[in-house]
Amino acid sequence: MKDIKEILKERILILDGAMGTMLQRYKFTEEDFRGERFKEWEHPLQGNNDLLSLTQPEAIAEVHRKYFAAGADIVETNTFSGTTIAMADYYMEDLVYELNYESARIAKMVADEFTAKEPHKPRFVAGSIGPTNKTASMSPDVNDPGYRAVSFDELRVAYKQQVEALLDGGSDLLLVETIFDTLNAKAALFAIEEVKEERNIDVPIMVSGTITDASGRTLSGQTAEAFLISISHIPILSVGFNCALGANQLVPHLEVLSTKSEHAVSAHPNAGLPNAFGEYDETPDQMAEQIKEYAEKGLVNIVGGCCGTTPEHITAIAKIVENFAPRQF
Amino acid sequence: MSNRSEILTTNNQQPTTRYLRLSGLEPLIVTPETNFINVGERTNVAGSKKFLRLVKEEKFEEALAVAREQVENGAQVIDINMDDGLIDGKEAMVKFLNLVIAEPDISRVPIMIDSSKWEIIEAGLQVVQGKCVVNSISLKEGEEQFLHHAKLIKRYGAAVIVMAFDEVGQADNYDRRIEIAKRSYDVLVNKVNFAPEDIIFDLNIFPVATGMDEHKLNAIDFIEATRWVRENLPHASVSGGVSNVSFSFRGNNPVREAMHSVFLYHAIKAGMNMGIVNPSMLEVYDDIPKDLLERVEDVILNRRDDATERLLDFAESVVGKTKESKVDLSWREEPLQNRITRALVKGIDQYIIEDIEEARLAASKPIEVIEGNLMTGMNVVGDLFGSGKMFLPQVVKSARVMKKAVAYLLPYIEEEKLLNPQEGDDKGAGKILMATVKGDVHDIGKNIVSVVLACNNYEIVDLGVMVPPEKIIAAAIEHNVDIIGLSGLITPSLDEMVHLAKEMERKKFKFPLLIGGATTSKAHTAVKIDTQYSEAVVHVNDASRAVTVVGDLLKEETSQGYKKSIKDDYDVFREKFLNRSSSKTYKPISAARRNKFKIDWKTSEIVKPNTLGIQVIDDLDLNLLLPFIDWTPFFRSWELHGKYPAILTDDVVGVQATELFADAQEMLNTIISEKKLKAKGIFGLFPANSVNDDDIDVTLNAVQGRDKEQYTFRTLRQQLERREGVADYALADFIAPKESGKQDYMGCFCVSTGFGTAELAAKYEADLDDYNSIMVKALADRLAEAFAEYLHKEVRLKHWGYASNEELSNEDLIKESYKGIRPAPGYPACPDHLEKLTIWDILNVKETIGVELTDSLAMWPAASVSGYYFGNPQARYFGLGKIKDDQVKDFAERKGIPLEKAERWLAPNIVD
Repeated sequence: MKDIKEILKERILILDGAMGTMLQRYKFTEEDFRGERFKEWEHPLQGNNDLLSLTQPEAIAEVHRKYFAAGADIVETNTFSGTTIAMADYYMEDLVYELNYESARIAKMVADEFTAKEPHKPRFVAGSIGPTNKTASMSPDVNDPGYRAVSFDELRVAYKQQVEALLDGGSDLLLVETIFDTLNAKAALFAIEEVKEERNIDVPIMVSGTITDASGRTLSGQTAEAFLISISHIPILSVGFNCALGANQLVPHLEVLSTKSEHAVSAHPNAGLPNAFGEYDETPDQMAEQIKEYAEKGLVNIVGGCCGTTPEHITAIAKIVENFAPRQF
Repeated sequence: MSNRSEILTTNNQQPTTRYLRLSGLEPLIVTPETNFINVGERTNVAGSKKFLRLVKEEKFEEALAVAREQVENGAQVIDINMDDGLIDGKEAMVKFLNLVIAEPDISRVPIMIDSSKWEIIEAGLQVVQGKCVVNSISLKEGEEQFLHHAKLIKRYGAAVIVMAFDEVGQADNYDRRIEIAKRSYDVLVNKVNFAPEDIIFDLNIFPVATGMDEHKLNAIDFIEATRWVRENLPHASVSGGVSNVSFSFRGNNPVREAMHSVFLYHAIKAGMNMGIVNPSMLEVYDDIPKDLLERVEDVILNRRDDATERLLDFAESVVGKTKESKVDLSWREEPLQNRITRALVKGIDQYIIEDIEEARLAASKPIEVIEGNLMTGMNVVGDLFGSGKMFLPQVVKSARVMKKAVAYLLPYIEEEKLLNPQEGDDKGAGKILMATVKGDVHDIGKNIVSVVLACNNYEIVDLGVMVPPEKIIAAAIEHNVDIIGLSGLITPSLDEMVHLAKEMERKKFKFPLLIGGATTSKAHTAVKIDTQYSEAVVHVNDASRAVTVVGDLLKEETSQGYKKSIKDDYDVFREKFLNRSSSKTYKPISAARRNKFKIDWKTSEIVKPNTLGIQVIDDLDLNLLLPFIDWTPFFRSWELHGKYPAILTDDVVGVQATELFADAQEMLNTIISEKKLKAKGIFGLFPANSVNDDDIDVTLNAVQGRDKEQYTFRTLRQQLERREGVADYALADFIAPKESGKQDYMGCFCVSTGFGTAELAAKYEADLDDYNSIMVKALADRLAEAFAEYLHKEVRLKHWGYASNEELSNEDLIKESYKGIRPAPGYPACPDHLEKLTIWDILNVKETIGVELTDSLAMWPAASVSGYYFGNPQARYFGLGKIKDDQVKDFAERKGIPLEKAERWLAPNIVD
C-alpha cells in the first residue's frame, strides 16, 4: 500500500464526516444501546455512542462504508470517548480496550474492502483520540482556580491504553482531535511516544485543535500559533483544526497554521454553527463552497467534516477539492 | 520530520529557519531580530526574599501579584523557582503554576521551570500547556542521567537550559566552557534527537573585580565562549544570570547597574540572546557617565591590570545616589486640556474637580468648560470608542467623570443664565426620550445607551421602566424631544412597541423612533414596526451604533438622506424576509400531535420526589450562589463579546474584560458582606399527568390547604415541517399521560435576588455613578440566574432526588448537561407568558415572596427567574418556533380565553 506521506504530496486527502450525526439517524433506543450483552447493566447507556461498536457493529460499519463510498480516504474510528476517563460516565472503564480494539477492527475491515476494490485509492483508518471530558490546565471550580480535576499522569495512562488498543485493532494513523486544552493533547502525545518506543514502531500522528469562539483561541486560552508551538515537539504528520466553528470562521486560523507549520495542514469544521434548535444546517453545497476557499488559497492537505456533516457533505467536498493541488510543505 | 536542519519553506515561500519557539497563551519566537529575551527573576525563592516569604506564608495571591508585575514590566519569560529547604518544593511549584495558568495576564508568556531537583521540574512540566524552558540540566551526574532527563523534556515538549557543568565540575574558563558545551550539544542532538534550537546554554556568569587574579577573566571568558557557541553549535542559544557579574559591588547600585549594562552590551554582541535580568537594576548603556563607563569596561573586558582598583576607587564617589521610586503622576504636569482629556479617557475622577475649577476660572463663561474642555475630551473618548480602541465599561467610567464635572459646573451655569440670559440657552445637540415600555422592567441596556448618548452631549429625558404609551406620548410633546428611544427585553414588549409606533403615527409625530433591547431585531422592526410609522424607525442594538445613528438622524446635513436610506433599507429587508419566511411550511396541529415526541412510558424511570408540596427559601446566603454564576452573559450585557474565562485574555477586549471583572468582584463582595441584596425563592413538586396531548394536570394535594386542587398547564407544540423522523415537541411530551396509568411528577419555581437592587442602584445614580448602578443590576441578574441553577441542583439532588449522585462542574451546568430541564415561560420552549399566572396561582408567589407580575407579565423585581421542572431524562430544551392559527384557536379554547387575547400574547410566534 502506498505511503500516506507520498499521497499527501499528490493531492488533498479527504477525511470522513460526523459519526454522531449519522448514528442519530438510527434512533437507537436504550435497549438498542444495551444490546444483548449489556441488558442488565446497572446504569443508563443511551448516548454512549462508542459502545455501539460492540452492540451495533453493523451500523458502525455501515457509516464507515457510506463515508468511504462518498470519497473519504480516511475514516475515524468510533472512539471519541474511548478512555477510562470519559467512560467513567457509564461505569465502563474496564471495557475501554475492547471498545477501541473493536472500533479499529471494524473500520479497518471496511477500509480493506474498499482498498481491495480500488487499489489505486488506498483507504486509511485514523484512530480517533478525543479530549476526554476533563481539562488538565483549567479548574472546573471558579472559586478554586488552582484545582485540577485530572492530572497529566492520569491522562497519560488512559491515553496509552487507548492508543495500544487502537493500534492493535489495525489503525493506520492516530488522530488526537478536538483539543480544547493543549495539556490534554500533550499527555496523549506523550503516551503515543511511549507506545512507539516500547513497540519500536512509527505511526503517523494527526493533531487537531479546536478554536472555540471568535476570540480565535482554544478554550484553554492559546492562540493558534501558541497551540502549534506547544504540540510541535513530536514528529507529526499533520496539524489542523476541527469542530466548534463552521468552515468560513476557520479560515484565518488555518492561514496561521499554513504559514507557520512545516507539517501537513488539516481541517474538519462543523456544518456551520448550530441553529436555535442545536442543529447544523449548512447544506453540502454551502459547506463545499467554503472549503473551496481553503483549496484555492492552498491552505490545506486534508479536509473533512465534524459535527452535523454527512456523506452528502463529504461527497460535495471531495468533488470540489479534486481540482486543486494540495498545499506545499 | 523533526530534525531537518536545512532551511524549510512553506507554500508561501517564507523561510522558516530553526528558531527557538516558546509559548504561553501566546507565542514567543527568538529570532535575530528579538535581540535579547528578558527572563523575569522575581518569582524565585532563592533570589527574592519577598517571594520566599510569600510562598512560605502561603500568600499565593500576593505571590501572583509578583509574577504579574514582572510580566507587566516587560518580562518575556518568567523564571519560577521553589528550591528552599523549608518549603515542599514540588507541592509549591505545582500549586503556584496552577494558579499562574489561571491568570491569563501572566500565563500569556512562556514559563521557565527552575529547579535543581528533577522531581520538581517534572511536576512542573506536567501542569503547563505551553512550551516551557527547563532550567536546568547538566552532565554533572553523568551522561546517562543527562540523556534520560533530556529525553523526557523532549517528550514533555520543552526547551532546556544546559549548564556548563560536567562530572569534573563547573566550567570556569574559556576552554572548559566550550568543551562542555560541545559535548552536551553532540549527545543531545545525536543520541536523543533533541532539536538543536531548543538547546540554551548557560555558560556560567561569575563575578569580576573580586580582587582575585583568577577572576579577572570571568566576564570576558563568558563573552568569548558565547561567541564560540553561537558560531559552532548551530541554532543553540546562550543565556545566563547577569547579576552575578557585579556580585562584589553589592550595596553600590549605580556601579552594579553600569556593570550589568556593559556586560550585556558586549555579551549580546557576542550572541547572548537570553538572560535573567532585573530590569530595575539596569542602566541605559548610553547614559552611563563616561568616566564610570571606561572603568567598568576595563573590568569587564579585562583591559588593564589595575582595572579593579581603579573601579573600586571610583565606586566610592558614586555610592549613595539612589533612584527615586516613581508613581507615575507626570501627566499632572501637562497642560490643562491634556489633563482633562486624560481624566476622561482613563476614567480618573480623582483630580477632575480641581482641573474643572481651573478651567472655569480661565473661561469667560462656565458653559464654555463643557462646550470646550469637556467636549474636546469626550470627542477623544467618542473617537476611540467608535474605532474600537475603547470599550463600553471604559466609556461608562468616562461618563462618570463627565457627570461629576458637569454637576460641579451646573450651579455656575445657572447663575450665569440668571445674570446674562441668552437666546437658545436650552438648545443642545438634541433631546432624546428614553423609556422601557409598559409591562417591562429591564433597563440595563437602555441605561447604557442613555449614558453613551449623554456623553455625546445629547440631553436625555429618561422615563424609566414600565412606561405606559400615553405617558411616553405626553412626555415627548412636553419636552419637545427630537427622538424617542424604546427598549424592552421580554416578548410582549414587541407589541407595545408596535402599539406606540401606531400612536406616534396617529399623533402625526415627525421625529424618528429608535428600537432596542434583547428580543428586538431588525426583522421585527422592519416587518412590524416600520410599517406603522411614516417617519424613520431604526433598530439599534448596541450603544456604539446609537451615537452614529442619532448623529446621522439629527445632523442637518445628513438627516434627510439618512432617513430615506433607512426606510429604503427596511423595505428591501422586509421584502427579503417575507419571501424567506414564506418558503417554510407548517403542519396542522393534529398532525403535529401524531408526530409528538414519544417516551416509552413502560420502561422510562419515574422517580417520586422525596418531598412533595411547596417549599419557601426565605433569605438564602448569597455565598452559596457564587459557584453557579455564568459570567459570559454578564460580559455580554456590557457589550463585551466572548466566552468567560477566555474573554479575560481576548486580544481585543481582554484588558477591559479583566478590569470589568475585577470591579464586578469588588461589588459582589460588598453586596454579600453588607447584605445589600436578598435572595428569596419558592418552589413546589407535584403529582402530574399529561392529558389530551398538550395539557398537563397538576394536583395540589390537601397538604396545601387550598380550595382548588387541580391546576392545568397548557403547552404549545412545534408545527414547522421538518425532515422526516424529527418529532414535533411540546413540553407535555415529557410527562406521562394519564392513560399510561403511571403517576408522574413535575415542579415549578420562582427565585429572585432583586430585592434591594433598586435601592442600591438609585443610591449610585444619586452619586452620578451610572457605572456602578448598571453594575448592580447586571450582577443581580447573574445572581438570579445562579439561584435558579442552584435551586435546580438542590431539587435534582435532594428535594426531588432523581439525580442524587450527579457531579457536575459549573461548565457542565452552563452547558446544561444535567438531567431534566427547567424551561421558563417566555423563553423558546414555552414562549407563552400567560403560563406565569398559573405558576403564581399554584405557588402563591406574590403573597409568599413578593415577586409580582407586571401588565406584560414581566417579573418585578427584574432580577427574578421562574419556570417549570421536568425530571424525565429524555426531557430536553427546544425552541417552539412559529405556530399556526389552528393551534392558537385550540389554545384559546383550552385556556378559556378570547381568541384575540391568545393572538395578542402569542403574536411573535404566529406564522404570518
